[in-house]
Amino acid sequence: MAAIEILDLEKSYLVGFWRKRPKLALRSLRLTIEEGEVFGFLGPNGAGKTTTLKLLMGLVFPTAGSARILGLDMDDPRVKSQIGFLPEQPYFYDHLTARELLNYYGQLSGVPAKGRAARVEQMLARVGLSDSAGMQLRKFSKGMLQRLGLAQAILHDPKLVFLDEPMSGLDPMGRREVRDMIQELRHEGKTVFFSTHILSDAEALCDRVGIIHQGELRGVGAVAEVTSQKQGKVEIVFCAQAVPAGLTSLGAEARVSGDMVNAVLPEEQQDAALEVLRRERLKLISLTPVRRSLEEYYIQKLRPTEGQREREEDRKGVGA
Amino acid sequence: MTATRRANLVAAAALVFSMAGAIATLHAIDHTRRASAAQEALYVRSSKVLRRMSLGYTGLLADIYWTRAVQYFGERHHHGSRDFRLLAPLLEVTTELDPRLLPAYQFGANFLAPKPPNGAGLPGSALFLMKYGIEHNPGQWRLYYNLGFLYYTEFKDYAKAADAFAQGAKLPVTNEYMPILAARMAQHAGEFDTARMLWRMTYESTKDPQIRDNAVQHLLALQVDEDVTRLEQVVEKYREQTGRLPASMGDLERAGFIHGTPADPKGRPYKLMPDGRIEVQDPESIFFITKGLPPGAAPPQPLHQIEPESR
Amino acid sequence: MNSGRRNANAGNPNAGNANARIGYIAFNTFREAVRDRVLYNLIAFALLLSGASILVGEISIDVERLVVVNLGLTAVSLFGVVIAIFIGIGLVSKEIDKRTLYTVLSRPVRRWEFVVGKFFGLTGTLVVNTVLMAIGVLLALLYVAHRFEKMDAWVLVALYFIVLQFLIVCALALFFSSFSTPLMSAVFTFALFVIGSLAEDLRGFARITQGVGGWIATAVAYLVPNFSALNVISQVAHGDAVPGRLILYNTLYALLYSAMAISGAVLIFQRRDLK
Repeated sequence: MAAIEILDLEKSYLVGFWRKRPKLALRSLRLTIEEGEVFGFLGPNGAGKTTTLKLLMGLVFPTAGSARILGLDMDDPRVKSQIGFLPEQPYFYDHLTARELLNYYGQLSGVPAKGRAARVEQMLARVGLSDSAGMQLRKFSKGMLQRLGLAQAILHDPKLVFLDEPMSGLDPMGRREVRDMIQELRHEGKTVFFSTHILSDAEALCDRVGIIHQGELRGVGAVAEVTSQKQGKVEIVFCAQAVPAGLTSLGAEARVSGDMVNAVLPEEQQDAALEVLRRERLKLISLTPVRRSLEEYYIQKLRPTEGQREREEDRKGVGA
Repeated sequence: MTATRRANLVAAAALVFSMAGAIATLHAIDHTRRASAAQEALYVRSSKVLRRMSLGYTGLLADIYWTRAVQYFGERHHHGSRDFRLLAPLLEVTTELDPRLLPAYQFGANFLAPKPPNGAGLPGSALFLMKYGIEHNPGQWRLYYNLGFLYYTEFKDYAKAADAFAQGAKLPVTNEYMPILAARMAQHAGEFDTARMLWRMTYESTKDPQIRDNAVQHLLALQVDEDVTRLEQVVEKYREQTGRLPASMGDLERAGFIHGTPADPKGRPYKLMPDGRIEVQDPESIFFITKGLPPGAAPPQPLHQIEPESR
Repeated sequence: MNSGRRNANAGNPNAGNANARIGYIAFNTFREAVRDRVLYNLIAFALLLSGASILVGEISIDVERLVVVNLGLTAVSLFGVVIAIFIGIGLVSKEIDKRTLYTVLSRPVRRWEFVVGKFFGLTGTLVVNTVLMAIGVLLALLYVAHRFEKMDAWVLVALYFIVLQFLIVCALALFFSSFSTPLMSAVFTFALFVIGSLAEDLRGFARITQGVGGWIATAVAYLVPNFSALNVISQVAHGDAVPGRLILYNTLYALLYSAMAISGAVLIFQRRDLK
């Protein structure tokens, strides 16, 4: 069974003060996420990631389309007790303590009173907030709030977790912790749907990614597949102060950094290049086939295709 | 969606039900509290306290009290009440809050002095109010007019009335009738004309429907009084010439004393009584008349059923 | 709603029902509000009031009770309304503004449950506030009069009416927050409080006005909250009794009007996009 099945979900907001006109925030999104998958939703700021999440959470209502979550209609009240949600830059009640907040959310999610307190402590420990559990949230730093946000999202042991920009605003250590936590969730068999604009996080964590831009899904692919595609090029790294003349004539793009040279050239020139190095008595450090990075995939998908460009014109026409 | 729709339906039903209920309850509250808003005037007789309480918004508060006064009188008058004891404090509070609220003085001059049910029966309070008004608005001829009017109608003090009209006539902005009224008062002559002039001025100088209606009734009554007086004079002349009383209006017409059949302002012909008196056909139809009534009849008042005062 | 109660948490047999969730939200609202600075304002106010009444007692002997009741109850009413607007709007608009609502509504909480729970929580806060302020007034009264008299019972009735006022103010604050910005909600609510305090006079105006204007005026006069009947301060300051029927009607009215505002808030909030 698919964990999330988005069927042509569409959302436009009315903008403008006097004469309201619709502005498309999400164009007919169709996407399926399997159970147990870690799915990364990538796109620049304002691409429609948060809108998608809000639609799925029932915080805003779709203009068209529908979605099924865990086999149920997304409006079904039963859905809500099986999902967890971390909003972007979460903010909670200033005058509650972390412990009180989690207890309150536990009550609302229907966590049985019997094990609730223990569960709350367990979650606090898991996100490393045990020491601050009795502190009022207005004294919390941004990073602490983010961790608390994670704790509340997984508090009621949901099958499916939605995380909106879970790594933003965190220091490197905090980001590492969040990554580890998402990995743990994967091992627990949870489905994780998270949005980010940080590609390295997505590359390290996701099974699959979707790329969204200007409210439009531009591509979906498995990370392993995307990054294993060969480009027909090799990268040679060797010790040298300058680029040997023989290499440039082979069509290599070379870069000198310190006493190392990094050269990329077509695969069929590989042997010729190695011959050049041997001749020059240069020390070879590595030779690897060039793979496409997620970044390249991302950039490529963001570039509008012909059809999209036309639609772009249409949109501008409508907007004017 | 069904759960949401059901919640919406319940909310919509609750909205309609509670709105209807709230309005119905409001009606009940108004019944329980009738005039208790006006009652407050008794609590805050000190204008100083009230001025302080109003936090500087005395104009607004004066308007509120003014409305309360008009409504208080109008409602009680309409229900035939004879108890207008709050009218004076209401008008006093109003004018203390805003001494330049001229309609309040006019209202007071017309409805404070007359005896119930046409007014509160407090000519003293009315006089006090006019003097207070003149003190704060010495340039307003209308207040002198109201004062003279009061002296004339309620106190029958022609000297003081003449004085008030004369003072009003001297103001830079005044009314052309003021000196005439002053003269009339001094001569103490032409009762009907003077009274008619007074009521007409009252009518013309206000937009208040209650005051206007009152003035119209008085003007009609004056017409009747004057007609009856004149007709009775004609009858007397007829008797002097013929040595007997006329048997009908026809006798008077044939003798050339009158033309046509004289009728009251409502179009009903006057009745010639066997003893030579003139009577109106329906004494109840014209208020305030003093002549043309059956012997011993009280002047009719603008009210037919007088309810016992409950609150 | 019943179906929700049955299905709220299929995987969890112990899932709470709507009433329980409303209770949790109400309690949390109360806790959040009580920990805010509002309480400190109240304490300051109570001290100020006691000080003022002592001063007044020294100035004039005869009217001291009158002034303490008038001053005290007026202050309770005005301060309370400001507090009611402040927390009523703060606690709802702020949840939308600061997105705390996201983490609540992504749980098995229906939007109407949130609105209703919020209202109960706010009401509870206001009742506690009023009780604290009332203690201040009663202490001041005791200080100038040395003992309580029978007519002081009407002061309690006046205080009860003031709580009813807060109930309506709170419901209105909630209503306006359901579709407007915090600032505009505060302005609207306060404006309605002022207009509503003149409601009886407004109905008086409406009765005098004729024609279409009269119809409109009447409709407006009956739709704005009627705070004037809930204000019996000067009456009880003079020791006058409050008719039992008025107590009943006012209670009914406050409940119905609040229900009306809350229903409106629910209807709007149910379909609002939380941007």
